[in-house]
Amino acid sequence: MRLGLDIGSTTIKCVVLDENNKLLYSTYERHYSQITTKIGEILNKVRKEIPNVEKSLVALSGSAGMGVAEDCGISFVQEVYATRVATNTFIPGTDVVIELGGEDAKILFLSGGMEVRMNGTCAGGTGAFIDQMATLLNVPLEEMNDLAKGYEKTYTIASRCGVFAKTDIQPLLNQGARKADIAQSIFRAVVNQTVAGLAQGREIEGNVVYLGGPLTFMEELRKAFDEELNTKGTCPENSLYYVACGAALCADSTIDFDSVIDKVSNYRGTGNFAFNPPLFKNEKEYEAFKNRHAKATVKEVPLKDYDGLCYIGMDAGSTTVKAVVMGENGELLHSKYLSNSGNPVPIIKDFLQELYTIKPDIKIKASAVTGYGEDIIKNAFCVDYGIVETVAHFTAAKSFMPDVEFVIDIGGQDIKCFKVHNGAIDNIFLNEACSSGCGSFLQTFANALGYSIQDFASLGIFGKHPVDLGSRCTVFMNSSVKQAQKDGATIEDISSGLSLSVVKNALYKVIRASGPDELGKKIVVQGGTFLNDAVLRAFEQEMGVNVVRPTISGLMGAYGAALYAQSKSQNSSELSTLLGSEKLENFVHKISVVNCGLCNNNCRLTVNTFADGRKFIAGNRCERPITKKAPDESMNIYEYKLKLLEEYKPIEGSRGKIGIPMGLNMYELLPFWHRFFTELGFEVVKSPFSTRKLYQKGQQTIPSDTVCFPAKLMHGHVKALIDEGVDTIFYPCLSYNLDEKLGDNHYNCPVVAYYPEVIYNNMKEVHNITFIKDYFGIHRKKDFAKKAYEALSKYFPDLTAKEVKNATKLAYEEYDRYFERVRARGDEIIAQAEKEGKEIIVLSGRPYHIDPEINHGISKMIGSFGVAIISEDCVSNKVEKFKVGVLNQWTYHSRLYAAARYVSTRDDMNLVQLVSFGCGVDAITTDEVRDILEKNGKIYTQIKIDEITNLGAVKIRIRSLLAAIGR
Amino acid sequence: MAKLVYDKDGRLMYTKEMNDEGYKILVPMMMPVHFGILMDAFRHEGYNVELLDTNGPEIAQTGLKYVHNDTCYPALLVIGQLINALESGKYDLNKTALMITQTGGGCRASNYIHLLRKGLKKAGLEQIPVISLNLSGLEKNPGFKITLPLIRRVIAGLVYGDVLMTVRNQTKPYEVNKGESDALVEKWQDKLSKDFNEGKSYRFKEMESILDSICGDFAKIEKTGEKKVRVGVVGEIYVKYARLGNNDLEQFLYDQGCEVCLPGVMGFAAFKIDNRIEDIKLYGGSRAKKKVCEIMLEYVSKTEDMMIAATTKHGFQPPSKYAHTKSLVDGVIGFGSKMGEGWLLTAEMLELAETGFENIVCTQPFGCLPNHINGKGMIRRIKEINPKANIVAIDYDPGAPRVNQENRIKLMLAVAKEELDKRIVVKKKGSKKDNKEKATV
Repeated sequence: MRLGLDIGSTTIKCVVLDENNKLLYSTYERHYSQITTKIGEILNKVRKEIPNVEKSLVALSGSAGMGVAEDCGISFVQEVYATRVATNTFIPGTDVVIELGGEDAKILFLSGGMEVRMNGTCAGGTGAFIDQMATLLNVPLEEMNDLAKGYEKTYTIASRCGVFAKTDIQPLLNQGARKADIAQSIFRAVVNQTVAGLAQGREIEGNVVYLGGPLTFMEELRKAFDEELNTKGTCPENSLYYVACGAALCADSTIDFDSVIDKVSNYRGTGNFAFNPPLFKNEKEYEAFKNRHAKATVKEVPLKDYDGLCYIGMDAGSTTVKAVVMGENGELLHSKYLSNSGNPVPIIKDFLQELYTIKPDIKIKASAVTGYGEDIIKNAFCVDYGIVETVAHFTAAKSFMPDVEFVIDIGGQDIKCFKVHNGAIDNIFLNEACSSGCGSFLQTFANALGYSIQDFASLGIFGKHPVDLGSRCTVFMNSSVKQAQKDGATIEDISSGLSLSVVKNALYKVIRASGPDELGKKIVVQGGTFLNDAVLRAFEQEMGVNVVRPTISGLMGAYGAALYAQSKSQNSSELSTLLGSEKLENFVHKISVVNCGLCNNNCRLTVNTFADGRKFIAGNRCERPITKKAPDESMNIYEYKLKLLEEYKPIEGSRGKIGIPMGLNMYELLPFWHRFFTELGFEVVKSPFSTRKLYQKGQQTIPSDTVCFPAKLMHGHVKALIDEGVDTIFYPCLSYNLDEKLGDNHYNCPVVAYYPEVIYNNMKEVHNITFIKDYFGIHRKKDFAKKAYEALSKYFPDLTAKEVKNATKLAYEEYDRYFERVRARGDEIIAQAEKEGKEIIVLSGRPYHIDPEINHGISKMIGSFGVAIISEDCVSNKVEKFKVGVLNQWTYHSRLYAAARYVSTRDDMNLVQLVSFGCGVDAITTDEVRDILEKNGKIYTQIKIDEITNLGAVKIRIRSLLAAIGR
Repeated sequence: MAKLVYDKDGRLMYTKEMNDEGYKILVPMMMPVHFGILMDAFRHEGYNVELLDTNGPEIAQTGLKYVHNDTCYPALLVIGQLINALESGKYDLNKTALMITQTGGGCRASNYIHLLRKGLKKAGLEQIPVISLNLSGLEKNPGFKITLPLIRRVIAGLVYGDVLMTVRNQTKPYEVNKGESDALVEKWQDKLSKDFNEGKSYRFKEMESILDSICGDFAKIEKTGEKKVRVGVVGEIYVKYARLGNNDLEQFLYDQGCEVCLPGVMGFAAFKIDNRIEDIKLYGGSRAKKKVCEIMLEYVSKTEDMMIAATTKHGFQPPSKYAHTKSLVDGVIGFGSKMGEGWLLTAEMLELAETGFENIVCTQPFGCLPNHINGKGMIRRIKEINPKANIVAIDYDPGAPRVNQENRIKLMLAVAKEELDKRIVVKKKGSKKDNKEKATV
């Protein structure tokens, strides 16, 4: 007999095989991180049920079992390896195994060059991800599959990280999308993540086998894989136990059951973990702390006893809905704090109905709404005002501390914080790439460890040795928590350690502060997460100052909205437009989903229809689906640049076609190469502008899943050219860019410079055509013609040096002409804006950020606020070279610094920087651009963009910026 | 405290006065064997240097506090280590300077020094001068000069380091008497440090004989003769070599029963010189500059010959010739790909696979830009060229838990062990005289 154990991230599996490898016994249980106890239990159980099991060969596998195995003297088998052994034994002839586990995703290629792939540092697309999503949808995990069956449409959801997906899903929910559609979309996202992240250019074909929990339990997920891979995979019997079986098959030694059970049940760990000082030294200290914070409160009066005018404030947040009724003197009359269950509309409806029941003669003077659900709530209930979250929180904070210098709000999934400068909001920080500094982070762990969030949090208050878990991602934290448990940390230590991590993430990842001086001494903290005393204390401890936490910390957004409604309605004699009790009685809300189709963005629109026939459209980037008119784009340089590039059309030539993939630096060099090759007699064919579809065509060949999205798109562009029948593609390597005399050097970033090498070595198809990826030195104008001739005559022997020389001259001229046109248009826009008194936003980034698939229509969205938009290269030539605090060595980045410098000289200009996720270089540029702007009293706004971007967060930033500059 | 002198751009310089006052220059750790010897080359020139051998999670925490969190991990660690040392209270902050390398290439690493200065400012340590160690003439300091003799000593130090590392890695896993190899490394490190301090042992003649003695010494170590899984390590230079950066990968592999090969740092030096030659070839440029670089490359090449001669003579697997390594990527990736470790990283993987180290850990900081190209971007092609290549790419960053990294490496090792067992079986079948040989992982 052979016994195998598999200790995964959430479950533990045990099997016993007989001599013929037949399964005699199997068990599958959740371990709630009590790994050692569970091992003991299971071994005891097996011993009772299977006679003579003690003589079997035993091995242990699974990521969570690594250290335990060694300590208990059981031999360890790496789990992917175990899967392979099991598959080869039970299903010979298998070509590919796809296995999804709690935190791991794996693909094993068994035939034709064995390869095994595991997800790297990202747990997107795993069981944990589906778990999180189910929580977000507020459905039990078991129902996800049934839910997905009833889908009608799918949405594009990022699966790389639960956080990204949340930011995609939340707005969808808020806009009223159907849960069935979202559930199906989540499965599709998992498939995409697995295929794009793990296949890395290898075709998944032949006999495919699905293993692991999610794929065993969720038929719809298997179907989604089948569809994407164009295959029919099988999910074998015992698909949950393959790792355990593999371990059993690899087992080569027996164990002494008694001694192992003894060891695991007395397993204490080394007690060797890094820890911080406790949050409170004793009960007394905690009491003092509580008393201090109890002082920051508002007067409460029961609604039914109040007869004056009322103000209603609502905050439809990402995970919770908050609403308050406030009296004329700021007293709190009534409040609600509820989970939003995916759709805020019925919750607000219930809230209002409740008010009308408690006080039928309520006199509502005005109402305001803020948060993710602002638009839909405002439209559904005819709310008087909508207000951006930052302003709402600031308004509320001021009522507790008029001279507040810094406000930080940590909610379920968002961190919002800002500094206050001269009474205006300045310097806004939002978490975009990461939610690890938020409430949901603690919630996840509380649930995983089998506690309610309240119980879990209060455990942490008196943790003696708060575990030092550092900062960073929830998923990584999972493994660190398990490690700490193994090392003997108590649940109290972990709880307080996690509170510290939340704070550290917020401070060092989001705000990037190095100390309290930087943020000011007068701090108001708010948001539901700060209701947790352990988090609050950790924050004070880490910052070294006492802060104000209003007792209504969780309601501050709503309270601020009410205050805002009050101040806005001061001079009006009318009462609120909010739906009255009668209309509420007949309130109906219907949702349908359509594609806009009026422009390239092809937004997926959610059309909400209400009882009285009012309609509200969500999901749009511009006003077009509502007004049916094309937006005015004359004040948007991004649109102009796209049009200019379209002018470079193929011109038939004697030397045949040459294809240029339109991505990365080609967005700027197209004029150069187009002219160059056209002059040489080539018909220059460029790939179409990016689309989602084009991206997916190439995604299987992306070798590094953490490279920036603009680079990933290149695979699709090259594929598109090949599919079009182009047999020569020109995509050169360029270490250097043109020297614009703004910096110390004029490099391209490594990705822009050398991505052709990646295409060449990862896309098989390019080997069937002529793929020119030679190195060119456009920065050395004098040598260019000679060197280009050398390089190109390898491919086109009939070229002459003279021809190339001539084409070179014209190419440089064309490049200059292109820039002259862009800059001339920039100047026109500036002049026009000056005339009309419009704000000018310098939307800065890289040349390729004009690709609508990359910027997700952000320029249009910003334009819809009635501001003029130019890009950094329109103004970077207006300043002389100057010294910056970093090595200024990349051409594109030098423009950013120069633009920041120029913006600083003008009152009517502000800079917004687009940053592609994963751009390492921007870790340097963003700080420097911020420095330049802030030194000159300007506000810095950064927008992180990725494969998929949540425009909701972008809107908050832009609106906050516009509010801060007084618009 | 010496007078603070700034250059025209407002950069605080390291002055002669500072050096005369005996300012302590702190140097971050990267390669323990190499750097230990190098320090004495600097001491000989009159610099009061100290190599930081600090460890522990607080270093990364300090880095996170003072450096943009999306910056690459090595920057976080190097800067964290330096500022952590300054904050430790062990040093007189009015008499301490820092030294850091600066490559001047197109990758973020050229900016470490600026990020360090930003960090110092944040930490309120603006009075600490930072010395840039570079060969590109990037920043000059009146109190610190890179002279030809210093360069020659540094090169000699790196050569000794490379050889010590190479032979140690070939004996340590097999030694009968545990600890012999490390003890020998220490012995030689001490001797060389002493020599360097006295200004000796950097001339070619001296080097030839010392390298011969080193290899002779190591050849005497008694070995078990068992077969072990052989693993090569490549990657971004800091996480490849620095314990702090890679969670002590070398030791982990050794504990797993592997023989480890880290291609030496001299290849990297040659690569950096050669880049300048390639640039001129590709894009045009000064012939004189090219000539100078060719002479430097020639010098490096001579040291390679010495290393190869000494190791081969005593039965060790020699380090490869740079020219050969380079030839391996011809037609795979262009020689113009020079940022970070550039094509050299790809070449080292091919070379390792060619010399019996098919099992490779490719290390990089999370989100390392050049490695998207030269590391992860080339693995597929390498496997096409050498189907036996068994490569695992590991990302390092402050949030990546060690368990996950080790689990992935163990997967690679499981496959490696299976291959090794197969080979042993085949060999056994071929010649039955072998007694029981068993691979150990």
